[in-house]
Amino acid sequence: MGTHNLEELFQNKIDLEIKIEPKNWMPEAYRKTNIRQISQHAHSEIVGMLPEGNWISRAPSLKRKAILIAKVQDEAGHGLYLYAAAETLGQSREQMFNDLHSGKAKYSSIFNYPTLTWADMGAIGWLVDGAAIMNQVMLTRTSYGPYARAMVRICKEESFHQRQGFESLWVLSKGSEEQRALCQDAINRWWWPALMMFGPIDSESTNSDMSMKWKIKRKTNDELRQQFVDMIAEQVKLLGMTLPDPNLRWNEARKHYDFGEINWDEFWQVVKGNGPCNKERLEARKKAWEQGAWVREAAQAYANKQRTRNKAA
Amino acid sequence: MQQALLDYTLYLADSALILGQRNSAWCGHGPVLEQDIAITNITLDLIGQSRSLYQYAAQLNGGDATEDTLAYLRSEREYKNCLLAERPNGDWAQTILRQFLFSCFQRELYTQLTKEKDTTLAAIATKSLKEVTYHCRWSGEWVLRLGDGTAESHTRLVTALENLWPYTGELFKAADYELAMGLDPAALQTNWLAAVQSTLEEATLSLASLASCFMHVGGKKGVHTEELGYILTDLQYMQRAYPGCDW
Repeated sequence: MGTHNLEELFQNKIDLEIKIEPKNWMPEAYRKTNIRQISQHAHSEIVGMLPEGNWISRAPSLKRKAILIAKVQDEAGHGLYLYAAAETLGQSREQMFNDLHSGKAKYSSIFNYPTLTWADMGAIGWLVDGAAIMNQVMLTRTSYGPYARAMVRICKEESFHQRQGFESLWVLSKGSEEQRALCQDAINRWWWPALMMFGPIDSESTNSDMSMKWKIKRKTNDELRQQFVDMIAEQVKLLGMTLPDPNLRWNEARKHYDFGEINWDEFWQVVKGNGPCNKERLEARKKAWEQGAWVREAAQAYANKQRTRNKAA
Repeated sequence: MQQALLDYTLYLADSALILGQRNSAWCGHGPVLEQDIAITNITLDLIGQSRSLYQYAAQLNGGDATEDTLAYLRSEREYKNCLLAERPNGDWAQTILRQFLFSCFQRELYTQLTKEKDTTLAAIATKSLKEVTYHCRWSGEWVLRLGDGTAESHTRLVTALENLWPYTGELFKAADYELAMGLDPAALQTNWLAAVQSTLEEATLSLASLASCFMHVGGKKGVHTEELGYILTDLQYMQRAYPGCDW
């Protein structure tokens, strides 16, 4: 069978909603796109541990400390499933780490913003995890089987995180004047970066067309972004807070909220590495990996010795 | 008697919390993703234990005390954690060994407490013992890997042992509140030492040069190392900066 036929069969399976599994034939570009996207997603989970980890030592109560630690740990778990999913496509975890550390692989730009106050923990849960869920719910139906299955589990935990984030802001919104100010300030700082998480507008998104055809993606960046704005614009009312966008208003004709222009210059600057924390985040990951080298070597050496001993016994 | 029980409960709670606070700094920075998750599990267990104990202490204390006022509003001289818990994380070898020495101690201690006539402490000990058994196993396995791994890991573990051993004597030296409770920790030392020694020997480490080393004491009575002030500064920042708020 020629490649042409294989491609036709492959596309038929996609069209019939049959999942593509690791040992199935797939176009090289499909494999590459999935490796790029899944590893980028895994890196986002791991780098995403850093801004929230920043507040673990200072969490304001023991309950909040335990919740925050458990949440950051969940993200490590998500990273694990996702690296494992990418490994099924023939990419080693070590290679993925190398690509992250060299700057070749990207991660979500949102994590290049700093966490300045405790309220940022709530805002990240509500807005950042909220935005991520929009994307992730869609990905539970993505065409690559291992990725779709990893996303099912991740989505359950993420929606829990989003509720926790909202609840944490809810408490602030009912608290002292200072607490309410912390809450509003965090929303002001995280709103626009959260909208940027959906990526460039559709007409400028380079990876979109094939990803839609292959059902890696099922909704466009702009569709997901609109869905998110519609959801948050309602939820923010429950907090008695506002979103920092003077152009935000309900459009009866469209049955959607209109919203203002995203600062695309800022978006591209952060993607290019010029965000407030790009250097710090990457340095922290590299440092953990490099300083862990002797630990990994020791574990390997010990395992080798054990194997030799077991053989001898 | 009531004061002794309160002090003793706070000693247990503070030790678990301070070690949990120390370990939590590894979250997101571990040498291997799986181990980042594992040590964070232990962190969560320790913080969970401290919460049960603080809640009980709050009840014993009466008044407006809560788990959070006890954890967040007591000062350096009021904290009763053992000095071992506040030792710096250092490298992975030091963190692992600190956990191993502490968990093996907690295993003996909680085993003793399961038979305690105070039923709340006995119940907390019973629940925690399951967790601690795992902590001993996990950290013990890492002691073996590091001690019997590479030359570098062996050297690092030896250094960690030299750094930490002088803080183990305090665990078995009774504070007044322990004596008042009729709980002498000296009785725990033989079993603890046997367990620790057996793993260290398998890991090709020797305690010979440390047999008569000087032992630091004080934490259990509220006289700490300089480390604790910084730990509490981080831990208590929010409650001190925004007094009287709910979070």
